[in-house]
Amino acid sequence: MPHAHYLIVGASHAALSALHAIRLHDAEGEVTLLTRDDSLPYSPTVLPYVVSGRSDPGRVFLRDESYFAQHKVNYLRGAKVHKVNAGASAVELADGSSIGFDKLLLATGAAPVLPPVPGLAGLRFHVLRTLADALALREALPRVKRAVVLGGGLIGMHAAENLAKGGVQVSVVEMQAHVLAGYFDAQASGMIEKVFTANGVRLLLGASVAGFTPRGEGCRATLEDGAEIDADLLLVATGVAPVTDFLCGSGIETERGVLVDEHMRTNIANIWAAGDVAQARGFFTRERVINGILPDAVDQGRIAGMAMAEDPGTKDYAGGVPLNTYSFFGQHAVSVGVHESALEQSGVEVKKHSDEAQNRYLKIVLKDRRLAGIFGVNAAFDPGIMWELILRAIDLGEEKLAFLRSPQDTARALMSKNWR
Amino acid sequence: MGAAYETIHFKAEACDGCNDCMSACAQAKTQTDEHLHSRIQIVPSGEGFELAICRQCGDPQCVLTCPAAALSKNAGSGVVDWDRTKCVNCLLCTVGCAYGGIAYDSVSSRVIKCDMCDGAPACVKACTTGALKHVTTARIYNEAGNLEDLFAPGLSGCQGCNTELIMRHALRRIGPDVVVATPPGCIPGMGSVGYNGLTGTKVPVFHPLLTNTASMLAGVRRQYKRSGRDVLAVALAGDGGTADVGFQSLSGAAERGEEMLYICVDNEGYMNTGMQRSGCTPYGAWTSTTPVGERAHGKTQDAKNLPLLMVMHNCAYVATASTAFMEDLYDKLDRAIQAAKTGFAYLHIYSPCTTGWRFASDQNIEVARKAVETNFVLLWEFNPEDGLQFTHPVENARPIDEYLEVLGKYRHLDRDQVAHIERSLAHNLARIRGFVAARGAASAAAGRS
Repeated sequence: MPHAHYLIVGASHAALSALHAIRLHDAEGEVTLLTRDDSLPYSPTVLPYVVSGRSDPGRVFLRDESYFAQHKVNYLRGAKVHKVNAGASAVELADGSSIGFDKLLLATGAAPVLPPVPGLAGLRFHVLRTLADALALREALPRVKRAVVLGGGLIGMHAAENLAKGGVQVSVVEMQAHVLAGYFDAQASGMIEKVFTANGVRLLLGASVAGFTPRGEGCRATLEDGAEIDADLLLVATGVAPVTDFLCGSGIETERGVLVDEHMRTNIANIWAAGDVAQARGFFTRERVINGILPDAVDQGRIAGMAMAEDPGTKDYAGGVPLNTYSFFGQHAVSVGVHESALEQSGVEVKKHSDEAQNRYLKIVLKDRRLAGIFGVNAAFDPGIMWELILRAIDLGEEKLAFLRSPQDTARALMSKNWR
Repeated sequence: MGAAYETIHFKAEACDGCNDCMSACAQAKTQTDEHLHSRIQIVPSGEGFELAICRQCGDPQCVLTCPAAALSKNAGSGVVDWDRTKCVNCLLCTVGCAYGGIAYDSVSSRVIKCDMCDGAPACVKACTTGALKHVTTARIYNEAGNLEDLFAPGLSGCQGCNTELIMRHALRRIGPDVVVATPPGCIPGMGSVGYNGLTGTKVPVFHPLLTNTASMLAGVRRQYKRSGRDVLAVALAGDGGTADVGFQSLSGAAERGEEMLYICVDNEGYMNTGMQRSGCTPYGAWTSTTPVGERAHGKTQDAKNLPLLMVMHNCAYVATASTAFMEDLYDKLDRAIQAAKTGFAYLHIYSPCTTGWRFASDQNIEVARKAVETNFVLLWEFNPEDGLQFTHPVENARPIDEYLEVLGKYRHLDRDQVAHIERSLAHNLARIRGFVAARGAASAAAGRS
């Protein structure tokens, strides 16, 4: 049975960040990286741009062969992990072979969740999580005139924009009252929705599909209110969830994701998890949460890699902060931290400014003079600095009013003074 | 050896908020004066100013956070490169960067970041206050790192001493066609002449008496020259051997214009033999022969200005240098090596002594820097044609206390002694400025004739 000192399952941001951290501390220890894909590593986040044609699918890879050769990494493609045997410190692959490990990182990510809508199972529909998904969708586009996107989250909205730009008549069906509800409040989401509507995207909000029926190449969606939409293409983008079924019986504790401590270690001493598959402490909550966003995957991956390599510089995970960036039709929206509704109300201050004419919106949430959240549509601020202000719980003190008036410049000055 | 990289250094206290750097950047990158487009952002902070710019991080988080492989650390230049053809405008890099170094530009609808202007940053050129500096010291390390180290490993200097740095760098630069003289002192003491019949160098080295270093080297150089070989004669000597007992042979060789490079590593005393005072020990300093007690309070005479004495010999090249200013040191080393091929070159390098001056072993370069910033040490160079000129003039010198208080050898100083030191420094500065001014007057006179 082949054996690796460090075995990493997955090849996206958390896995690559862990690999980078391991190699900074341990230049020689044997590393094997497994990916179920047949390609070099890529990011799920880039896939909507592969669909739209903006990204050349041959140029989206995060690492090349020479990187793995230079860093002495055994990169195995087409290696889907079927089972983890924690007791024997080995994983079993789908092809029946096994690989032993001293230390294992699970960075297997998440997979699309399919809603239990009658008729969906029998349909031809698309999802968007792998490069193969993206290429299939791109290949289908030229024949599409009308499309239905199920779900108004980031993936659904990206796809809807790209389809609309390609001349397709798009309808987005979202159960919640607003799109991107996880990141923006009703007003900010409303501003984003306005831009989509102006660009010809039909948004059906607070709506859900009662059933699908096949119709030629495509389908007919019947909504709860009885309305019918015909489409040549259906994209299901109702969210993703960690893939943990292959861990059943392994002894590794899971809830919604793989439960990890502040060093991304699972309940098994030589197994770690990071990225979209991991369920780690939140920054604002005591419970362990899924914070499935790219920058957090990088962060968690680095901590896991350092812990695995026993790097004495390993620091505790500060906790997941919700954040995201979103650009659409030449405009942009950024969300860092939490809204006031997620906080205990004592000491909370909210400042909101919006300009409908300019489609500009800014909301700042402070808790005990510390930044808790900042949300903008076409507003200028540096999300990375804001994230760091939150993590460091920096007391704005006398700078509070300046910060509320001019968050970008004030935050830059605070950065330069506090962690230059 | 890993590569070292150039960087833009910001001195917040020197920035007056004129924003010329932002105008220059906007012009260079977008041909407009719009500060929004500037990759360097000066922001007001209280009474002063702070800076947001790409740090060109060694381990850049933005690169790891980019889903489109559009950002990469350039191993050659050290710049974090942005590939606009791969970028998908997702803005995740702006989350990855905690320094505001890559930001969304609302006009181009793309992210913008500093690219160091291919090694000649426009912002630095536009800065008139000295707040921005293009630090190119990395070039030295990249270059010298690839030259052969001509000393054996394992020299046993005191912890934190900069002499080993001086020796190794000097000899890397000089190269293997050399004969080195190391008279008694710390330099042979730490093993450079060797043990048990083996030398501590990979080149010929010998151990003259304290008194005859320059005359022996003069003979060696003449003999090689006679046999048709171009071998550089180099002395690595301490200040005691140079300023005191060795001065007669030094003065003679300089006066005759013997071809050699004489490097004096000045630690202000005979530190190797138990920290006795030398002619270079400054006023007030404790040494084992200028003790501090009920009656004595350290040295009662000022140091002699040895490099200035060498100027008066009209040497082909004379310079002072500090290991806190390595680019300056390297420039002078290059000119000294060149001058030594046809005349007498003298390089005086200050070497704070962790053991004899009594300070923490991790503070050597800081002490060397403070010596220059308080004008205790003046950095200048001389050649007969151009006269004497400052290479690192310090206009607003730091108070001398900032230098004295970090050194144990000055701990006992009373107010009168500090006042004496201040007067001596003022005299010294005025004297050197006089030489600089005289040079100006001389060239003006030459222009009139």
